[in-house]
This record gives sequence, structure tokens and C-alpha cells, in this order.
Amino acid sequence: MTIVQFLVLGAAMFSFGVYGVLTRRNAVLVLLSVELMLAAVNINLVAFDRFLADQLAGGQVFALFVIAVAAAEVGIGLAIVLLIFRNRRNANVDDLDLMKL
Amino acid sequence: MTFTDWVAQAENYVFLAIAIPMLFSAWRVVASQNVVHSVLYLVGALAGSAALFLLLGSEFVAWTVVLVYIGAVVVLFLFGIMITRAPLGQDVELSQPLRQRLPAAVVSGSLFLLMTGAMFDAFGGDVIPETEATRTFDVGISIFERWVIPFEVVSVILLAALVGGIVLARRDPDEMTEEVVSESEEVPQ
Repeated sequence: MTIVQFLVLGAAMFSFGVYGVLTRRNAVLVLLSVELMLAAVNINLVAFDRFLADQLAGGQVFALFVIAVAAAEVGIGLAIVLLIFRNRRNANVDDLDLMKL
Repeated sequence: MTFTDWVAQAENYVFLAIAIPMLFSAWRVVASQNVVHSVLYLVGALAGSAALFLLLGSEFVAWTVVLVYIGAVVVLFLFGIMITRAPLGQDVELSQPLRQRLPAAVVSGSLFLLMTGAMFDAFGGDVIPETEATRTFDVGISIFERWVIPFEVVSVILLAALVGGIVLARRDPDEMTEEVVSESEEVPQ
């Protein structure tokens, strides 16, 4: 196995995530695309960990940290979406232009 | 490693068998016109990444992805969709119109080409050494000896997110009592 095949797969998934963030209108689906990008980053971290044969398993440990922070991010993100929905009766990112000049 | 060497290795076919369905799922996550299908395809993409971690020999990360992502985060997303009353059937309004999707496709496509080019330039043909799978024991020792301060920081972040999530999502107690009062006033009228 070469390192490049994992890196290209990670890059493709990250690009799909970027596309999703840019095109989705529903706020929950934007968060879903962010999760896709974080999963792509995890693939890169673990692949480099194995590539460098790290004695400290740094890549794997940081993949675990990314998973933990992503879980926290989803919790907060969904709470904010819920609050917006409760106040404005929809969760479309296009309609959130309160701070626009 | 040349392409003929790559084709001769059996584990690369396992990689392809995981990677191709995974990319299809990832595409459906961002392009599906049904919200629930989007979330369920995310399960496919994450399960693919867990299978790749197993292939790379990092078992603890793989099972953590299964437990935390597929077990908890996806359920949380489904709750979010149900609570915000997203349209459950087909809906073309989920994505931006084509004139906004095209620039997004150009941006993400050129990002992919840029990253792929840089990676082939830097690591083209470098092989991942065949070492033993990382034991969970070693990962645990590493976390609690070398990476203990980042670990503590992550635990504080989780605590802050817990408190913040509860504060954001619950209703204000004063607001709730006012609603109860106004509802009970409406009944006699």
C-alpha cells in the first residue's frame, strides 16, 4: 500500500465536504458536510501515523482527539440550529441575514 | 512503487473495495435530495473510514469511529432533522440552484486537484511499511504519558460543550412560566 492512495481518498472526501458546505441550504446538512471533512482529516492522520511508524502513536491519538472535538461540535451546532429554528421557524442558512448590511 | 507492483498487491484490491463505495456514499451525502438519505449515506462513508483504519492496523481508532460517529453522532443528526421539521421526502430546495452549485464544484474540484498534485509531488510511490497492528494498550500508554495535557484540554472542551449545549437548547424558565400563565388565561375566555 502506498501513502498516496490514502491521501488522495482523503482529499476527495474533503473536497466533497467543501462542496456540501458551499451548496447545502439546510443548516443540519451543512453540519453533516463538516463531519465528512473531519472524517477525511482522520484518514490522513492515521495514514501518516502508519507511514512514519510513530512509536508514540501520535497520529492515532490525535485522530481520537478530532473525534472527541467533532462530537462536541455537533452537540453545540445542533443546539444553535435548534435555537434558530425555535426563533425563526426554519433552519435555512440563506435566511440568516440578520447581521448583513 | 510502480503501478505494476501496486496492481500485484492483494491488499490494494481490499482498499479499492472499501474506497469506491465510500466515495459514492460521500457524494450522495452532499448531493442527495432527501435529508434522511443524506444522513444514512454518512453512515456508509464513516463505516468505510473505519474499515480503512482496520486495514491500516489501528483498531482502537476504528472501533471508536464505529461507537462515537455511527452510534452517537448520526443518531444526534437524525434527532436534529426530526426536531427542525426538515422536509422528509424529496426536496429540490435542499441545495442551492445550479448557478451557485457550479462555482462550488469548481472550487472543490480545483482544491482536490491542487491537493492531489502536491501529494503526488511529495510522496509519489512511497510505501507504508508493513508493521504490526497498533495495540490498544500502546495507544492508551501513549495518551496518558506523552499526550496527557492535550487529553486534559479535550476533556475541558467536552465539559464546556456539555454545559453550553444544555444552556442553548433548554427554554428559559421565566419564559416557560409566562407561557403557562398566558395559556391558562386563554382557557376561560
